[in-house]
Amino acid sequence: MSEALVRVDGLKKYFPVGGIIFTKGWVKAVDGVTFEIRKGETLGLVGESGCGKTTTGKLILKLLKPTAGKIIFDGRDVTKLRGKALKEFRRQANIVFQDPYSSLDPRMTVFNIIMEPVRIHKIHVDDPEEFVIKLLYEVGLNETHLYRYPHEFSGGQRQRIAIARTLALRPKFMVLDEPTSALDVSVQAQILNLLKDLQRRYGLTYLFISHNLGVVKYMSNRIAVMYLGKLVELAPAKELFENPMHPYTKALLSSIPVPDPELARAKERIKVTGEPPSPINPPSGCRFHPRCPHATEKCRHDEPALKEVGKDHFVACWLYA
Amino acid sequence: MSSEARREPLIEVENLYVYFYTYAGVVKAIEDVSFTIYKGETFCLVGETGCGKTVVSRTLTNIVPPPGRIVKGKVIYHRDGEEVNIIKLSEEELRNIRGKEIAYIIQDPSAALDPLYVVGYQIAETMVDHGTVKDFKEGFGRAVRLLKEVLIPDPERRVKAYPHELSGGMRQRVVISMGLSNEPKLLIADEPTSYLDVTVQAQVLDLLRELKGKKGLTVLLITHDMGVVAEMCERVAVLYAGNIVEVAPVDELFKRPKHPYTVGLLRAVPNPLTEIEKLESIPGTVPNLIKPPSGCRFHPRCPHATEKCRREKPPLIRVGPSHYVRCWLYAGKGEEVSRSE
Repeated sequence: MSEALVRVDGLKKYFPVGGIIFTKGWVKAVDGVTFEIRKGETLGLVGESGCGKTTTGKLILKLLKPTAGKIIFDGRDVTKLRGKALKEFRRQANIVFQDPYSSLDPRMTVFNIIMEPVRIHKIHVDDPEEFVIKLLYEVGLNETHLYRYPHEFSGGQRQRIAIARTLALRPKFMVLDEPTSALDVSVQAQILNLLKDLQRRYGLTYLFISHNLGVVKYMSNRIAVMYLGKLVELAPAKELFENPMHPYTKALLSSIPVPDPELARAKERIKVTGEPPSPINPPSGCRFHPRCPHATEKCRHDEPALKEVGKDHFVACWLYA
Repeated sequence: MSSEARREPLIEVENLYVYFYTYAGVVKAIEDVSFTIYKGETFCLVGETGCGKTVVSRTLTNIVPPPGRIVKGKVIYHRDGEEVNIIKLSEEELRNIRGKEIAYIIQDPSAALDPLYVVGYQIAETMVDHGTVKDFKEGFGRAVRLLKEVLIPDPERRVKAYPHELSGGMRQRVVISMGLSNEPKLLIADEPTSYLDVTVQAQVLDLLRELKGKKGLTVLLITHDMGVVAEMCERVAVLYAGNIVEVAPVDELFKRPKHPYTVGLLRAVPNPLTEIEKLESIPGTVPNLIKPPSGCRFHPRCPHATEKCRREKPPLIRVGPSHYVRCWLYAGKGEEVSRSE
């Protein structure tokens, strides 16, 4: 087992709601999350919309200021970084956004888009043009694309440009925030394979955020499942799919439409009722209890902690306490 | 599926061409599309963004938005033993069909509902307009029953709720109940779950399946998700760049996909229940339909493309019972037909 590159400890992020002067309440987007991302691995982060996955990703990169908690990147506390050290952190840890239509400046050419971070970080390159062409080849584009504008590209190609832009800084760690959910399936596979290739070639560490379980399973070594700002389960990918423990994980897994008609018919679906409640006033105790088929009185009052129940398999549920 | 002999067609689309006349040029969105929807089945149109699945569904009630126009083709609707061509009907006659005999569930439930009216009013309105109920009072009563049918808890209270007071899944249930309110012969569901979370999607799909069984509905389901296809459909048509490339019963399609595009599409979807070493992807992207590729529209991305594919449009070939494919690879391996089922 390799050492941790990123360690997140008791991370919280509350957003104020309502009122111009007085806040009426807090959206508890991320509420006490602890995990680590090991060097060279892909940690998948799954959950439904509004569960706090993107916020977690942004907090790790210091794009948002946490309400509480610690983030240790490569042995240093990210929340305390300033000046030069912060800039170096920004070079090493990067993000690829979901929507390649809004993450590229429409008035810049591909060359400028990719060179911009290089200039900002004052990284010396001998021949900028050659440098960018090399990057373009790495992501499956070529020199003919050098002086074109984003609107001339398809969604998949734009995502390749966005990936080339982050690679230009030779990062150690990348947050991939739903990098393929704006793309068609035939193109999605191309991008996923590209990301895997790059990881192998450069020893990158990924935090892969997605709501698509099939995609997460394909990409990740370990998977963390989030529900309403909390981690409910964390396990190696294979283990999570073969032996899910938390009732929410079970429901999530059995809800995925399986692209195989025979399996789909044979599959017993574990039903959950209702929809994820609002994170403004999350349910007391275990946040999943109103939808959980196994909820007991204890679940309503006390919050279960994330506990190791098997090798490298963590779950936050009273059923396994 | 019921035996061949008992299958009665409800909708027959024949050699349909739909073009969009834009400033940039004529977008050949749909070319030579034919298929049949039989009574009582769930027929699925599957394809990627921009392949024309929604446009096809819109032709069934002749609501192709401008600058689009149906250039050629027929949409035969079997209306109580009578055959009518939807495209030739007058606006007035069409109004009797839209929303009443052929109803829609669109992708985005928030766009389908008017934020200024309570949902009960909106459900009642569709019924009052089509004369299913005599007034709004009766309509509200019916709306409560409909909401109960789509499993909305506490329907007496929810009927008076505004759309913003309901969650996404709940709104989609309201839209489904609106679609069902006039007991349509055909329900067109255009990506009914792609705005919903997986656990909610599973609930809505279960609901649709249940309602279909209970009411003997015929459903045209439009989706890009192969998982949804596998769970919901009986027969599937795969669209690529405005052409139907393959039509087959669902088991046949997943077990023995014939068209290179279908094969590629199925391999490109990461199945969460299996171990995948390496996903196979389809190179390239969907073509621009102002200047679609010559010959077979898939040839620039196809691993088996030959000179012939570049020049000539492949014929539709029947490769098995109810299994049709449009590809030169199967020329001579089946009977050439002018249209699929």
